[in-house]
Amino acid sequence: MKPRTKRAIAIVAGLAALGAAAALVLNAFNSNLVFFFTPSQVAAHEAPHGRAFRIGGLVEAGSVVRDKDALTVHFRVTDTAQTIPVVYTGILPDLFREGKGVVAQGRLESDGTFRATEVLAKHDENYMPPEAAEALKKAGHTIDKSAFAGQKGKP
Amino acid sequence: MIPELGHFALTIALALAIAQVAVAFIGSRTGNGALLATVRPAAIGQFVFVAGAFAALAWCFVSSDFSVLNVAQHSNSKLPAHYRFAATWGSHEGSILLWVLMLSGWTFAVAVLSRALPERFIARVLGVMGLVSVGFLLFILLTSNPFERLLPAAEEGQDLNPLLQDPGMVIHPPMLYMGYVGFSVAFAFSIAALIEGRLDAAWARWSRPWTLAAWCFLTVGICLGSAWAYYTLGWGGWWFWDPVENASFMPWLVGTALLHSLAVTEKRGTFRSWTVLLAIVAFSLSLVGTFLVRSGVLTSVHAFATDPRRGIFILLFLVLVVGGSLTLFAWRAPRVGLGSGFGAVSRESMLLANNVLLAVAMSAVLLGTLYPLFLDALGMGKISVGPPYFDAVFVPLMAPAVFLMAVGPVASWKRAALPDLWVRLRWAMGVSVAAALVLPFALGKSSLMIAFGLWLALWVIAATAALVWQRLRASPQPGLAGRIRAQSRSWWGMTVAHLGIGIFILGVTLVKGYEAERDLRMNAGDRVTLGGYEFAFKGTKDLPGPNYAAVQGTFEVSRDGKPMRTLLPEKRTYAVSGQTMTWAAIDTGLTRDIYVSLGEPVGDGAWGVRVYYKPFVDWIWAGCFVMALGGLLALSDRRYRLRKQVAEIDAAAAAGARA
Repeated sequence: MKPRTKRAIAIVAGLAALGAAAALVLNAFNSNLVFFFTPSQVAAHEAPHGRAFRIGGLVEAGSVVRDKDALTVHFRVTDTAQTIPVVYTGILPDLFREGKGVVAQGRLESDGTFRATEVLAKHDENYMPPEAAEALKKAGHTIDKSAFAGQKGKP
Repeated sequence: MIPELGHFALTIALALAIAQVAVAFIGSRTGNGALLATVRPAAIGQFVFVAGAFAALAWCFVSSDFSVLNVAQHSNSKLPAHYRFAATWGSHEGSILLWVLMLSGWTFAVAVLSRALPERFIARVLGVMGLVSVGFLLFILLTSNPFERLLPAAEEGQDLNPLLQDPGMVIHPPMLYMGYVGFSVAFAFSIAALIEGRLDAAWARWSRPWTLAAWCFLTVGICLGSAWAYYTLGWGGWWFWDPVENASFMPWLVGTALLHSLAVTEKRGTFRSWTVLLAIVAFSLSLVGTFLVRSGVLTSVHAFATDPRRGIFILLFLVLVVGGSLTLFAWRAPRVGLGSGFGAVSRESMLLANNVLLAVAMSAVLLGTLYPLFLDALGMGKISVGPPYFDAVFVPLMAPAVFLMAVGPVASWKRAALPDLWVRLRWAMGVSVAAALVLPFALGKSSLMIAFGLWLALWVIAATAALVWQRLRASPQPGLAGRIRAQSRSWWGMTVAHLGIGIFILGVTLVKGYEAERDLRMNAGDRVTLGGYEFAFKGTKDLPGPNYAAVQGTFEVSRDGKPMRTLLPEKRTYAVSGQTMTWAAIDTGLTRDIYVSLGEPVGDGAWGVRVYYKPFVDWIWAGCFVMALGGLLALSDRRYRLRKQVAEIDAAAAAGARA
């Protein structure tokens, strides 16, 4: 084989390998994107059925109900305009509170209940998940800015 | 008074950094000896003043000076002393100051330890580092003054985020930053070499120890962060593909590629442009990481503030540094020239393949980390990219790299023969395949993923062992000790680091394949069995802490009816913030961890309880430490010091000739 043919083969092989890697990455990327919907969007049937997505908003005050015999908990997520019932089995994060921001990932059941596989409420009691803040803002709720800062405001 | 002194010290440090840049570039351009001689003192002075500023801030924290806003917001007089000290970098302002301290520390080290290198070259290196320093000092002084006063002073501080009140806080951030910022040295060496248009084996040899040192720190820093998340977050996970974790992992991937590419450049003179590009990218990713973590783009435990000015400043700085250095690269790299060629099967080709795979893996992580941010910034909706994406992409990309990792060191430079490689590695192949087929049945559960992971890990370990055996056997020295000593430390470092990868993969495979987890509701007196261990819940009691109140649960763990130990997980409520935190109880063992954490009271005196059985989980971190140990071993190689002596002799000869 001439050196030139050899080099051409090497380049083609390299490109093919890179192409395969790119295809792998993009395919995995496409099938693992999780979209976010507000309770209002879910109520307007904009959210997909049969595919996982995230919802966010506030945990409605007084809505948290626990099952007697297991770790299943029912609560409602609201953006002040619409409310979605959520059911979750497992241990809730430390910062999960009524009236505080929350983001849940899961699927919509046929009866309109959101079955969460994961509940996120992160890191700081005054922190509002950006998705939850977004949901409230979209619903036309005026928000006290300081409630969204990751850090406490200056005294 | 102390805070004002600290602020003043920062201003002087900025002036010195500007002077350092100016004399370095003018001096190296004109060859003016007097100017060149002032570069080192400027760099050393800069370090002294930054260290002074840092000490001033630390003093404010340790002495609980609540007239400083930063202290009032992130500390508390009831906080134990070591956490008051660690709170120095517990805020946005403090952590950027730590960044600058690290940068000026590395600059100081270069100034002091590189006396043997050509004056002009090292001046340029220090000039580039000074330029980065100027950017960060300006950032602190213009947008993030850590010494801002609070008048009137607060009575009491608002306390450090409870998640950060942990021994990990004392050591993880400094280690990680040492690594992040350490890549600035390799970056500065590359930029200086591009300016001079001289990229040769000597340049690669000078850069190598610095890159190795930074890589070791970064490895340990990431590892500590992972271990911390594992025991503190109460979720039992050790890696979440969280954007902040990715921000530290991307420079690591590129830094690893850089280490290997530097080896080729030093030994064979090839890959020069690629090596320079990797050095630029590694440091750029450190800056991207700083931007992601500190700008408030991401909101997580690591992101302190949401001040848009800061984000814009770092973004502009990023564009300047990355854009500027890539432009310089595009302009200069073609002049650098190519090295000697190599065959399709050779150590070079395998290292090249590994480099490309690492770079592609980094790009995949970058895509998954940045894409949601771009969409959000463009107002195109919110999405998230979770761990399944990263798992799906990362494993297939890294598996061939790990396979080649075992072959590369056996292959010869320039051209290797496949039959010869097969002869040298057939035992390793046989042993690893056999063990991967048999072991899963012995462990009680088998799947393709487990068998594959075990094979890969054992392949690396067995091939490395074969390499050591063959090398020692072929060594002409008498006696084992002599043969061991006859190999270079950097070769031993490589072997140890590769073994570390094997140990790491073993840990990941076994914990992923055989871990067991239960979330359940438990009343006092209830029992649960998991992974052969029985957990009996004996109830809870209240327990006061220094700055929190805890509820402590008692779990008696037994195996085959024999009591083993009592685990005492806690749920802590911090007095100042009212925040609750889960404090998991873990029994660590060589072959498994057992892990209990308390959820919350779920009514009728019952608690939500989470129990885990995690086989071989500690091998993950052990593997990382072995890798870092390998790096350290390589760092101690004599030739990095010998080189210096040779250079000193050269310099002395030159001086003699002038006289």
